[in-house]
Amino acid sequence: MSSFRIPDKGQIDYGRPLSFQFNGRQYSGFKGDTLASALLAEGVQLIGRSFKLHRPRGIYASGYAEPNAIVQTGTGGWEDPNQKATCVELYEGLKSRTVNAWPSLDFDVMAVNSALARFLPAGFYYKTFMRPGWTFFEPIIRRAAGLGGCPTQADEETYEHRWAVCDVLVLGGGPAGLSAALGAARAGAKVFVVEADRAWGGSLIHCDAIVEGATGIEWAGKAVTELDAMANVTTLNRTLAFGVYDHNLVALAERLTDHLPPDKRRGPRQRLWKIRARRIIVATGSFEQPMVFPNNDRPGVMLAGAGAVYAGRYGVAAGRQVTVATNNDSGYANALMLTQAGVNVTAIVDVRESPPETQRAIAAEAGIRVLAGCEIVRAVGRRRIEAIELRQSAAMNAPQATARSLTLETDCLLTSGGRLPALQLFAQAGGKLRFEDRLHAFVPREAPEGIETAGACNGQFELADALQSGLSRGVAAAQSCGFSVGDAQLAESPGVDQSPCTPLGSSIFTDGGKAASVAFVDLQNDVSALDIELAVRESFRSVEHVKRYTTLGMATDQGKTSNLNGIGLLGAARKEPIAIVGTTKFRPPFDPIPIGLFAGQQRGRNLQPRRELAAAEQHLSYGASMDDYGGWMRPSCYPRDGESESAAIAREARQVRSSVGVFEASPLGKIELLGPDVEVFLNRIYVNTMKTLKPGRCRYGLMLTENGVIFDDGVVSRLSDGRFLVSTTSGHASAVADMFDEWLQCEWPDLDVAFADITTCWAVFTVAGPGARDLLQQLDTTLVLAKSVFPHMSVREGQLCGIPCRIQRVSFTGELSYEISVPWSHGSSVFEALLDAGVQYGAMPFGVETLMTLRTEKGYLHVGTDTDGTTMPQDVGFGPVIDRKPDDFIGRRSTMSPHARCKRRRQLVGFQVLDGMEPLTVGAHVVSGTSGAAMSSEGWISSSVRSEAVGRPVAIGLLAGGRARIGEEVFVWDIAGVRRARVAPPCAFDPDGERLHA
Amino acid sequence: MSNIDCPLCGPRSETEFECRDEADIERPGPYAQVSDRQWAKYLYYRDNTEGIAYERWRHRFGCGQWFNVARNTRTHRILAVYAIGDKRPAPEAEES
Repeated sequence: MSSFRIPDKGQIDYGRPLSFQFNGRQYSGFKGDTLASALLAEGVQLIGRSFKLHRPRGIYASGYAEPNAIVQTGTGGWEDPNQKATCVELYEGLKSRTVNAWPSLDFDVMAVNSALARFLPAGFYYKTFMRPGWTFFEPIIRRAAGLGGCPTQADEETYEHRWAVCDVLVLGGGPAGLSAALGAARAGAKVFVVEADRAWGGSLIHCDAIVEGATGIEWAGKAVTELDAMANVTTLNRTLAFGVYDHNLVALAERLTDHLPPDKRRGPRQRLWKIRARRIIVATGSFEQPMVFPNNDRPGVMLAGAGAVYAGRYGVAAGRQVTVATNNDSGYANALMLTQAGVNVTAIVDVRESPPETQRAIAAEAGIRVLAGCEIVRAVGRRRIEAIELRQSAAMNAPQATARSLTLETDCLLTSGGRLPALQLFAQAGGKLRFEDRLHAFVPREAPEGIETAGACNGQFELADALQSGLSRGVAAAQSCGFSVGDAQLAESPGVDQSPCTPLGSSIFTDGGKAASVAFVDLQNDVSALDIELAVRESFRSVEHVKRYTTLGMATDQGKTSNLNGIGLLGAARKEPIAIVGTTKFRPPFDPIPIGLFAGQQRGRNLQPRRELAAAEQHLSYGASMDDYGGWMRPSCYPRDGESESAAIAREARQVRSSVGVFEASPLGKIELLGPDVEVFLNRIYVNTMKTLKPGRCRYGLMLTENGVIFDDGVVSRLSDGRFLVSTTSGHASAVADMFDEWLQCEWPDLDVAFADITTCWAVFTVAGPGARDLLQQLDTTLVLAKSVFPHMSVREGQLCGIPCRIQRVSFTGELSYEISVPWSHGSSVFEALLDAGVQYGAMPFGVETLMTLRTEKGYLHVGTDTDGTTMPQDVGFGPVIDRKPDDFIGRRSTMSPHARCKRRRQLVGFQVLDGMEPLTVGAHVVSGTSGAAMSSEGWISSSVRSEAVGRPVAIGLLAGGRARIGEEVFVWDIAGVRRARVAPPCAFDPDGERLHA
Repeated sequence: MSNIDCPLCGPRSETEFECRDEADIERPGPYAQVSDRQWAKYLYYRDNTEGIAYERWRHRFGCGQWFNVARNTRTHRILAVYAIGDKRPAPEAEES
């Protein structure tokens, strides 16, 4: 056992030793240790280098407040940056290392910065690295300054999310929180009580308190046992509430396996809880504040409360010759506790001139010398504190009547600058704070609806007060949720001991001289007292501005040990009280949360569910090259052995144009509408007149937003009088259905229309090409396919191969084409049947890219590709359609605005390539010259393909005043060069549509 | 994150809902008689209230129902949930 262990002391399982690594060296600790307590027990105080100045730093606190002891733990897929050593539970084989030192912690090259501290004040980087520019220096500076490194491998861990609702949520499992949970739970309320630590009890774990006749830790154990036994209570330890949001929603991170060696972890590493509570009781305790004096960052300088925790809970003496420096009474209790635990406390330095007699008596009882009325001049030592220099005021040396300097040898200085309620969560929720001079701390002033504070978090630092306030808040919370509370329950409250509070002394000792540049306010960010003064001198006054200029209170600890002193210094520099200066805004998270926790199971393949086609397997067997099209995995084309994609597309296009091809169009949006008013409704939805559509017929239509911009297009089919089928762009069906719903519910509730998105109920196969009818006639069908009976733009219902089907004669290829819909489960068999029937015609499947080639040849627009957020129907040739329709439709009035009627609007046109066989670049700009003003963009290419059918590449795009410019020669510019093209009508193939009507 | 009382499903979290526009905006018509100014007002001009706002919400990832919400944009407190077309509830004195 190492020499810093106090034998058999603390909540440590001495029967279970654990070995671990720090910076490659082997150490050992015990079950129950944190990484910090185990390192301290091994005598390791130097843990890291500071953020900017690379000063040696040690363990400073005992929990979430820790600013210094930041480590990277784990390796490979289990690597975790920026872990507070004070929060990492020790496990067998734990590997950890320092984050900000190179090449090693002991010999750190950048430590040269610490010699230059005076020349690296706040804002230094911004003022110095101006030429050639900050972005030039930033990468270098970021390497030199900073915290942990980003893990290089993907996170091997999994995470999950969980929701819960409860009556009372108690944040904190210390004396106040456990009392509150008991009070609310005994009344019958549904209670969640959460504790960030592994162990319940908060301060009771390390203090020698007696509660209701039991030791503090026994009482906490009994309380948790009672809570666990109640069906209406959920207790969660290792669970950090890190954010409180609107309407009492609390986000919590439950650490499920972090305390286990990676090879022993099963299931998710962490669970994100989102708990909606009717009442929240914040019982998160307090954070002890440090003192600011030159070299207050030397390893061995720690918070007094942390020293008590290491002794009482972990059985570790933080030093062999401990000094306690305090500006308040708590230093005495901690000194006594340490002494009783067997730690050698040599002196209490009290900055106050007249400490209360009660406190002096405590020191006397423990045999500790008290030095009152002392200023702390500086800490001596480099890698570890060796002594402190003090100046004792004249009043304390009555005979001499002069101040005297003295030096105390010490290897551990425990400082206490008072306590600050941990109001982060309360303030996040919108709680207002006020500054309480008596406590020299911010306390709650005004609570948001449904949120209360209890215990130390409420400024009630005495144990009895915490127990009492917790219990009464818990009972009241249950009552406000409608639970009746018996007198007996109220009577169980422990008595309150209102001990008087002696005013606090100062916690800041700098003379403003050059030593102030190493008197640190914020240890994590190397913000010194001088930096705060400098910021004010440079006219930063607002606490928010000073924070950003100096980085006070930023990074992983979010100022838990620095904000109060920083605000104090700012107040002093502004010559205003702390209450006027105020605090910065508190925002989630309370402590860093792994990104993986927010992602939960939504990563990798689960990030966005991928949708598969009905005949997905067949496509692969035909050699499809699959791609993601709006969430659907679809064949782009079917390259054969050694064939390039463009060759495959050309072959498939040739096959469709000359014979027949089969395309799976299942993602095509399908909405079915029923009801007597559907024709009126669709007439209002579409630009085109839909009320004249006859049963059995189809009509193409454009749909606009109220701004007159094209929103979607598709074919409306009237199956029978009151039954319509609407097709939408692939992937857009739910948006169109949402739009239908909004208009029907909000604007036209009088219309009798019902509809459903049936996109994935029906698999769709397009048989396209001059041989399409012949192919279908090979199959067993109840439908008559003859042109005279089943013309272009009509729809029929019947059976194909004994399967119910709907067939629409519509075409996106410009060829004779049948869109065959069958129930999804029959999709793959129908696809096979179609291809089998087509063998004699050489039928083959064709992919999305081939379809895009065929439709671009025809100049058919693809909404979202050939239109943008400004394209109106008249821009794509629908002006005459609007003119012929007397009725209103969505967006109609917008198509009449002066802007909409402007002749220079960008209009859809085609482009004939004049200089070779390479297609134009999609996105290339259309310009009228190659220099000067003629270079300004007049439009762009939106679709562009190679075309065997046309014999040269074809393109369509949007061009200002385009329709009036057909025949004009233009230049097409992109970064790769300038091309020549002639403006043409959009349709480059079969302009009369003879093939369609075949 | 707000907790919104869907008229059909009861209280659910904000992430299940979408908010689309202020409530009770009247669509002018017939279109041939609507001035450019009237139409622009309908499309773009909004109160953007600080204080009590009346908004149209939809339980998008739930039942799909549209309804109106009276909500204090300063505190995010929800004062009332009421049907599309119903009269606006009178604001509570303390909230106005």
